[in-house]
Amino acid sequence: MNMQKVISAVQHAVKSFGLPRIIIGLFLLLLFIAAPFVGVNIGTSLSDTLNRFGMNAVMVLAMVPMIHSGCGLNFGLPLGIIAGLLGGTLSMQCNFTGPASFAMAILFATPFAVILGWGYGQLLNKVKGGEMMIATYVGFSSVAFMCIMWLLLPYSNPTMVWGYSGSGLRTTISTEGYYLHVLNNFLSIRLTDHLTIPTGMFIFFGILALAIWAFLHTKTGTAMTAVGSNPVFARASGINVDRVRTLSVVMSTWLGALGILVYQQSFGFIQLYMGPFYMALPAVSAILIGGASVNKATITNVIVGTFLFQGILTMTPSVMNSMIHTDMSEVIRIIVSNGMILYALTRKTEAVR
Amino acid sequence: MKLQRTNIQKVKRFLGNNTVPILFLVICAFGIPLSGYSANYLVSEVVVRIARNSFLIVSLLIPILAGMGLNFGMTLGAMAGQIGLIFISDWGIVGIPGMLLAMIISTPISIALGIWCGKILNMAKGREMVTSYIIGFFMNGIYQLVVLYGMGAIIPIRSAALVLPRGYGIRNTVNLIGIRKSLDSLLMVRVLGVPIPLVTLVVIALLCIFILWFKKTKLGQDMRAVGQDMEVARAAGIKVEHTRIVSIVISTVFAGYGMIIYLQNIGTLNTYNSHMQIGMFSVAALLVGGATVSKANIRNVFLGVILFHLMFIVSPMAGKNLIGQAQLGEYFRVFVSYGVITISLVLYEVRKKHDRGIAGQILAAEQEAGA
Repeated sequence: MNMQKVISAVQHAVKSFGLPRIIIGLFLLLLFIAAPFVGVNIGTSLSDTLNRFGMNAVMVLAMVPMIHSGCGLNFGLPLGIIAGLLGGTLSMQCNFTGPASFAMAILFATPFAVILGWGYGQLLNKVKGGEMMIATYVGFSSVAFMCIMWLLLPYSNPTMVWGYSGSGLRTTISTEGYYLHVLNNFLSIRLTDHLTIPTGMFIFFGILALAIWAFLHTKTGTAMTAVGSNPVFARASGINVDRVRTLSVVMSTWLGALGILVYQQSFGFIQLYMGPFYMALPAVSAILIGGASVNKATITNVIVGTFLFQGILTMTPSVMNSMIHTDMSEVIRIIVSNGMILYALTRKTEAVR
Repeated sequence: MKLQRTNIQKVKRFLGNNTVPILFLVICAFGIPLSGYSANYLVSEVVVRIARNSFLIVSLLIPILAGMGLNFGMTLGAMAGQIGLIFISDWGIVGIPGMLLAMIISTPISIALGIWCGKILNMAKGREMVTSYIIGFFMNGIYQLVVLYGMGAIIPIRSAALVLPRGYGIRNTVNLIGIRKSLDSLLMVRVLGVPIPLVTLVVIALLCIFILWFKKTKLGQDMRAVGQDMEVARAAGIKVEHTRIVSIVISTVFAGYGMIIYLQNIGTLNTYNSHMQIGMFSVAALLVGGATVSKANIRNVFLGVILFHLMFIVSPMAGKNLIGQAQLGEYFRVFVSYGVITISLVLYEVRKKHDRGIAGQILAAEQEAGA
């Protein structure tokens, strides 16, 4: 009798937490346990994991508003990234340096994110029910369009344009001297030689996450959740569904823009042209690994998911490489991230449109 | 009772239904003179591409009939075809027998993958397209696992020209010299200086006839019924899930054959890239031909191949002559491919809503007439 209770309790826990999440969590735990035995430094691994968590968390956070308003997974994240790229390159073009360049990049990116997000939101309102596929292709075509623009726009800063022709932006631009590591180094704590905590990135993410959490508890935020869970009911209670959805898309796009700036300041390079092409997929699978579904997501999902996903991404190459002398991390990354998206897409969701 | 429509509305409707092909005609009309290519060169290039790509694009038709949208999962078939080609290259079987053997090897793999893909799509009804798209990515991971780590280690591959220097895994490019153009050059006819690969075209024609015949069979009719309304079809005693799986299996198997025909024309296999692009290009070409997510026929396939690849051929040169950078033209064609898919998907969703509105109007008019 007691045994049955335990079994049912375990079953309930597994059900509420989700089997794939448990498998991935255990896998990550196993990697951390195995690491010292194969000669991988735990401090470095943990430091890398924390660093990559900080780099990617904001982009994962960008999924939350759109999931809340029922627009599904934001496969159109590249659009937000483009706004961020425009902000970053403009700030460098105007020769801002140091932390000021980061602040200016955010400032420059904001109007682009709002305009692009507004248009994108209007489009998604016209295609309710088919958002995800269209979002994917909006992302792709905007990246391809910007490829043309990066060649043609009249940038002139010599650190950014091709040396021999003097026009057209380079494929990768170093952020050194501009906003390289402005958040990473802000109040960073060196615990040991190998373990550094990038406090600035965490604070930045914390502020944004708190803001989103607080927003979701305001009147507009509650309206957003209502639109996501039952649009018909929301309309009946006097909510302007299209406006709320557009607002959520603008928010997601803006967070995407901030996300890529945080990513660049840590990574050290701005990747243009086809760089942002597949950036939506890791963010989408991270939030799904964290326990979100196609129409439900919380800040906890973002934190747990980013940590698990980035943890596996950091740990598999080093541990696997030392263990079997082959780097299968890329293949594992593809299978885990896309498998997770598939799992989420095949769950039955109660939202009826 | 029908709603009365004025001529302007009819023209609008025609333009609305054919937006994408008209857009492409305009692009090509500007691009061809800019590129400065001769008519003869363009025609022969287009013929080559019709022979190369049509089979792949036709493989998309059956899932559309069954209401499952554009089957981005055709990359699964392409992978199966490539695995077949890797094996025959290893065994050194050349020419038509090699191609046939590759097709035979690809068939069971395609069927298995197709059944798996169909089952997953049955679990994700209503969002088949995005799911099939992700399935393509997921399977690419498994494909890399098998080809990059399994082949040569677990699956025996003897030819040193195929295996990476480290002892296992297939090289990034595989030279398909054994079967290169073996189908195309079987019977090459020259018409006005344009070489026409007759046998390949006959094979494609046979496939088209098969598709036309298939639509008239019991299974084809079932698929159409499922595509129109799953619940009605279920009520009529059609096994909905089974029918949908069959449509995906057929599509996957044909995509595998199509990939083999495509690669025998190209002559080299990009082991880890060829299959990823093929889905996007095939879908884009079909949509350029005026197909929608719910309606496509053979005419769309050929119109699409011609228009899409015309744009593809002329745009780098046109970009170079216009701005002085060939790179620009290349980005332009990538942009157009994705843009076309985006526009078609948006138009389809918008029109679906619009048609629902018209159905409502007709109903209202009928009720008024009744009262």
